[in-house]
Amino acid sequence: MKRVQFNRPLLPYLLILPQMAVIVIFFYWPSAQAIQSSFYIEDPFGFGATFVGMANYQDILSSREYLKIANFTVVFTFLVTFLSLAIGLLLAVKADKVIRGSSAYKTLLISVYAVAPPVAGLIGVMFFDQHIGPFVDLAAWFGWDMRVGIDYWDTAIAMITISVWKQIPYNFIFFLSGLQGIPVSVVEAAAIDCRSPVRRFWTVVLPLLSPTAFFLLIINMTYALFDTFGIIDTTVKDKAANNPITLVYKVYMDGFRGNDIGGSSAQSVILMLVVFVLTVFQFRFIERRVHYT
Amino acid sequence: MNKTRIFDHLVLLLGVAFMIGPIAVAFLTSTHDPYEIHMKGLMTSWGGDFVATYDKVLFEKGGFTGKVTGLAMLKNSFILGIGFAVGKIVLSMLAAYAIVYFRFKMGVVFFWMIFTTLLLPLEVRILPSYEVMTKLGLVDTYSGLIVPLLASATGTFYFRQFFKSVPEELLEAARIDGAGPFKFFVDILIPLSRNMIAAIFIIMFVYGWNQYLWPMLMTTDESFFTLVRGIKQILLVWVGAQIPDYNQAFALAVLAMIPPILVVIVFQSWFIKGLTESDK
Repeated sequence: MKRVQFNRPLLPYLLILPQMAVIVIFFYWPSAQAIQSSFYIEDPFGFGATFVGMANYQDILSSREYLKIANFTVVFTFLVTFLSLAIGLLLAVKADKVIRGSSAYKTLLISVYAVAPPVAGLIGVMFFDQHIGPFVDLAAWFGWDMRVGIDYWDTAIAMITISVWKQIPYNFIFFLSGLQGIPVSVVEAAAIDCRSPVRRFWTVVLPLLSPTAFFLLIINMTYALFDTFGIIDTTVKDKAANNPITLVYKVYMDGFRGNDIGGSSAQSVILMLVVFVLTVFQFRFIERRVHYT
Repeated sequence: MNKTRIFDHLVLLLGVAFMIGPIAVAFLTSTHDPYEIHMKGLMTSWGGDFVATYDKVLFEKGGFTGKVTGLAMLKNSFILGIGFAVGKIVLSMLAAYAIVYFRFKMGVVFFWMIFTTLLLPLEVRILPSYEVMTKLGLVDTYSGLIVPLLASATGTFYFRQFFKSVPEELLEAARIDGAGPFKFFVDILIPLSRNMIAAIFIIMFVYGWNQYLWPMLMTTDESFFTLVRGIKQILLVWVGAQIPDYNQAFALAVLAMIPPILVVIVFQSWFIKGLTESDK
């Protein structure tokens, strides 16, 4: 906060009022409701609710279906995070190197940032379509009968590919700005000391990029967990039965399709804890990061 | 030396092909007629149906939804994108101004209450949020579409960070010259924040435009559909159709992509600066 500040009794409250009103009505109220209804079983026909303590949580955590989805979510999150970080980094390193055409590359590589996840999902679904999809034809060449939307892992591959595609620009932007933030003197000194560019990359450049990479790691995990909703929704096309879905999608399915309000709320609370842990991690790290720069 | 340079360009060209290829193919395919697409698959050439398809998608009622034209959805998308971005900037600038420049008792408490919203994305609390909206009677209204999305702290944080970096001497000087809180905000802080406001506007516009889950729940009346929301409808029609209108589906997807992509490309430097400097 500032050393010099205004000292008015009423004005700051007025200034902050709109933001607080929105947050209380649309954030705290629903969140409190989620926590509350996670301890109740609601009558499906709307005739009141019964307090059941931790029963909703026990049901979820002992359900094999939920554990399967949780497993898939972990695999999905790992692959999406890893692949989009790796490809983003590779492209950023190359874009940082070339001189001719570098701004054209940059523009082309970042524009997919602006594509909405469900739109990305729709285009992806077309590419993996049984009738018109080139990827299915390509797979058929190798004798692989790809059936996206029917076969569990084929659908998963399509979902992961689309999610990675959508996230690469974000990582590319951050890695490129990280690379450009490395002082020229450091790069030159390293070039004098070590001939091998590959070794220079691993021992000098990558450690200097590690704060960016760590920050991106958390962001990508949150992306894979939450922002991929639109991609999953368009890929499974409302037929979640045999298809892979993530935990967030399950919250939506149970709440809006299954009308299981207690169970859906309890899942929300579990996810809240996951996000909470991730965010605490992120902020502890950001404090450390200050020392780097 | 030369060989590595060619290799670098090769990697980048592959990257560009992977990123832009699908968008280009989506656009080119949308200019063909559905039977041709059905027979031959996705297209990499220019077809003759560009005007006819886009004319139909933009102006003809019916198509996928039966009630709403592409133009109306385009309008709703702009309302959501711009409304969200403006709302976010106004709310968060005022709140950040109060937090940084005023000494008041509840300041710290408010700050933490705002901060906590970062912990929970809307997707996690979607069902109770929906119930609150039905209680308030905000389903199928523009305010119901926009205002609940404003309940997050990101904007406030960007502006708080920025205001903290503004030199203290400015406020001291302004006070000596007799400027009150209102004059200081309007005459000094807002002009100083111009670039910051532009950057956040771009990021928030894209974010608002691309919203999917919330509009899907909040709008049952098709006249409130946004383009991105319309995607769901396309897919629902799809599942039953013999030969789906691939061309129209792609045309709608292209319409949904163009405005945010243009904004990002045209205001590239602001956008990148805003993204990388505010997220840290």
